[in-house]
Amino acid sequence: MRAGDALRRTLLVVALPAVLLTAWWVLSASSTNIYAPPLSQIVEQFRLVWLEGGRFTADVLPSLGRLAAGYALAVALGVGLGVALGSSRTARQVFEPLLELFRAVPAPVLIPVLILLTGIGTTQKVLVIASGCIWPVLLNTVEGVRATDGVLSDTCRSYGITGSARLRHLVLRSASPQIVTGMRQALSIAVILMVISEMFASDNGIGYAVLDFQRSFAIPEMWSGILLLGVLGVLLSLLFRVFEGRVLGWYAGLRRAQRDG
Amino acid sequence: MLDVHGLNKTYEGHGRTVEALRDLTFTVGEGELVCLVGPSGCGKTTLLKCIAGLMSPTRGEVSLSGRTVDGPPPGMAVVFQEYGRSLFPWMRVRDNVDLPLRHKKLAKAERRRLVDESLEAVGLADAHDAYPWQLSGGMQQRVAIARAVASQPQVLLMDEPFAAVDAQTRADLEDLVRDLWHRLGVTILFVTHDIDEAVYLGERVLMLSSSPTVVREDLAIDLPDARDQLSTRSSPRFAELRARVYSQIQHAKNPTGAPAAGAPVH
Repeated sequence: MRAGDALRRTLLVVALPAVLLTAWWVLSASSTNIYAPPLSQIVEQFRLVWLEGGRFTADVLPSLGRLAAGYALAVALGVGLGVALGSSRTARQVFEPLLELFRAVPAPVLIPVLILLTGIGTTQKVLVIASGCIWPVLLNTVEGVRATDGVLSDTCRSYGITGSARLRHLVLRSASPQIVTGMRQALSIAVILMVISEMFASDNGIGYAVLDFQRSFAIPEMWSGILLLGVLGVLLSLLFRVFEGRVLGWYAGLRRAQRDG
Repeated sequence: MLDVHGLNKTYEGHGRTVEALRDLTFTVGEGELVCLVGPSGCGKTTLLKCIAGLMSPTRGEVSLSGRTVDGPPPGMAVVFQEYGRSLFPWMRVRDNVDLPLRHKKLAKAERRRLVDESLEAVGLADAHDAYPWQLSGGMQQRVAIARAVASQPQVLLMDEPFAAVDAQTRADLEDLVRDLWHRLGVTILFVTHDIDEAVYLGERVLMLSSSPTVVREDLAIDLPDARDQLSTRSSPRFAELRARVYSQIQHAKNPTGAPAAGAPVH
């Protein structure tokens, strides 16, 4: 019964992508348009370029490294600042206008500035990613921390649970649903900024490779890079879902209990 | 042991001054079980928060074993009305009970023993691994009581703990409180708006006026120590005491109006 359910769910999830990919495969099979090559060719190039051609270590790993560093920096800073701002009304009043201003600045426009300030190396690209994806983490953390329940807060106080223990057991945990929502939004922003940052003043990375293929009219190779980004996005979101299930298992259960109760 | 002296709490804000507590003085002796009962909106929760050190009074003071309360004192545990919001939903029952003990830096074996014993004492010996939201309301409040008991308090404060559970569960939980009080010898201050509950549970009942609050009467409950939902509640003495408390509360509600005409007949 349960195994049947799981099978059914997997089928439902896989069905539409399978249909679309098959349609692409069939419809593009006899394509002579050099800008829209057959999918079979793209898949072939995918294997040659990314799996066997050495580009995995030359481009994919540096990209993923910068993505991880920028994302981690954004989450650390976003949660840290978010807790500080969420806990103090004064701090919010002082910093809110400034944050609104910075948030309104699109991260890609910082690329020229960051190139001037930090050069064209890894640091600059990591900072571009971090500066764009800190916002959803920060703003969601502020909201989550502000919503800390008064009764739970009193419970902690009356048992003498204060300071870092309160932060660990109460504040971060009760804000975790919002923090995770912010992290999910930040992850897709991080992938976008990873690609964009590699399209400027760069000599490796997936974004650089796609642009480079396009400029040298290696069209199937270019498409294979886009396919790779798609696959990467799916894998990251699957990974994120595993993480979310571990951190927020209690929250899903609580919501279900509240709905049924 | 627990002394409340000249307690006043006045809220100010938005150009309005509200005197919630006017002048409260009473003492709860070591090992006593005292119920505080008053009309709704009479500042019971404000009073309890002042006693628990969660709120500072405007005037007067609370002291526990001679020491002034100016923050949550060690040796005091609070059971709140909102059981659904006083347990940590991200922790299993065991960890909820264990958290205050971990914070007190007790040895692991000692903590384990206290958690096991207190969950056993509230009748939840097999709920260690459940999350609070998997339990019924009454069971959740039992967990909150187990957590309070495990921290080995001198004084247990209970703020209308059973106001949100159904009548049958409430009767069971009342008996649980009497039972724990007997077994542990802990001092209990139990706040309620339910007159029957106050008379059934307490050795003494303190009746509060409506806000701004003062103590209207301090009534000793001379019912036999062994209480039973059926025989105690149907005894003539229970009815007399209940009527007494009821009329005081009615007075408190209509201080200027005509006195209530005795106890109601159910």
